[in-house]
Amino acid sequence: MIAIIDYGAGNIFSVKNALDYLGYESRLTDKREDLENADSIILPGVGAFPWAMNMLSASGLVDTIKEQAKIKPFLGICLGMQLLFEKSYEFEECSGLSLINGYVDKINEPDLVIPHMGWNKLEYNHNCPLFDGLGNDEYVYFVHSYKVFTDDKTLTAFCTYGGKVPAVVSDGRYVYGCQFHPEKSGKTGLKILENFVSLK
Amino acid sequence: MLAKRIIPCLDVRDGKVVKGVNFEGIKEVGDPVECAYEYNLQGADEIVFYDITASHEGRGVMLDVVRETAKKVFVPLTVGGGIKTVDDIRDTLRAGADKVSVNSQAVQNPSLIKEGADIFGSQCICVGVDAKAIGDKKWTVFINGGRIDMKIDLIDWVKKCEQLGAGEICLNSIDTDGVRGGFDIDMLKAVVDAVKIPVIASGGAGKLGDFADAFLKTDCSAALAASLFHFRELTVGQVKDDCRSKGIIVR
Repeated sequence: MIAIIDYGAGNIFSVKNALDYLGYESRLTDKREDLENADSIILPGVGAFPWAMNMLSASGLVDTIKEQAKIKPFLGICLGMQLLFEKSYEFEECSGLSLINGYVDKINEPDLVIPHMGWNKLEYNHNCPLFDGLGNDEYVYFVHSYKVFTDDKTLTAFCTYGGKVPAVVSDGRYVYGCQFHPEKSGKTGLKILENFVSLK
Repeated sequence: MLAKRIIPCLDVRDGKVVKGVNFEGIKEVGDPVECAYEYNLQGADEIVFYDITASHEGRGVMLDVVRETAKKVFVPLTVGGGIKTVDDIRDTLRAGADKVSVNSQAVQNPSLIKEGADIFGSQCICVGVDAKAIGDKKWTVFINGGRIDMKIDLIDWVKKCEQLGAGEICLNSIDTDGVRGGFDIDMLKAVVDAVKIPVIASGGAGKLGDFADAFLKTDCSAALAASLFHFRELTVGQVKDDCRSKGIIVR
């Protein structure tokens, strides 16, 4: 079973729809036991960073998330990926889950349309099991105004929008993050989700 | 590089795709879930459902359409038409839409944009704008399907939408809509220059080259069409091939 963390953020049904379509059992949940019993965990998210961290803290799941992300595959999507980092400067400085080194700040380039909204091409930086079966011309759907700043080792794929925008990150063990929405990225996104749930 | 988006729009009434808007001579032409799935296979970057249902009961039917579509179409879905309150926005997003498009309601009650953006995030609030030329490079905003001139300057309005938290503008030119002579390039340019958020071109696509034309002549982010795709005069794939052959980046 795949646990999809439900902390009041939108878009969680889309993740579940995609997993249903692929034939994987999943559960929207805010219960500690479900996270502990799951084979893997997905942290979705749409909205603002401080609000999401407040909701996660209020749900009492922060310690469980930190613990489980060390022993089973864990995927953060969009804001859920940004929450994996140490801190964000969205509205105010705010601490994140600190599962990966780095921080989140505004995409700040003059003359760039913001939000970064639409389909952008994945550019691979390091091998990553999430990319199994993907080609060299894969587009995925982004919608965000903030991006993560992290080291090269963590960054497994990026896209180009002004500068480099981190698209996929990994701690090299169990923790992964996608800035785009795999559940809204057509066949490419479904393949990435399938690769994630196939991780052991 | 970010790809330019091609967006087919489906007009839906009481759960059926209809055509011949202008609210007269409407005929049913299909099942919206099947149509959306077909567009998805053609490579649509996003799908818009425009709900022209008048009754309250009909809205529930629209949400069922969204719910069913979201189970088999994995690209962003936008729902417009009849969204008047924050509760309408919530219901639509919870049914599986990624964005809502607000139009007349936003003009009459601009705080709907701000409340929607504050609660659900700017990324899911698209403001649909119907506008018409009143002079050289001057346009005003209309509501109710282009029937009422609100005498609001288009450029002032789109700037206000951006300020209130809109994530995107879908700009429909009443002058070119239905004429099939191409998008309204002058109007589009003026709006793209006025705001930093993405702008979708709407109204006027009549032939293959019209899409590339909008992308080559303006910095719009996406182009939308309804009947052209619906009557299979063109597929999304053909439009993308044409754009690609002209050096435009598409998915």
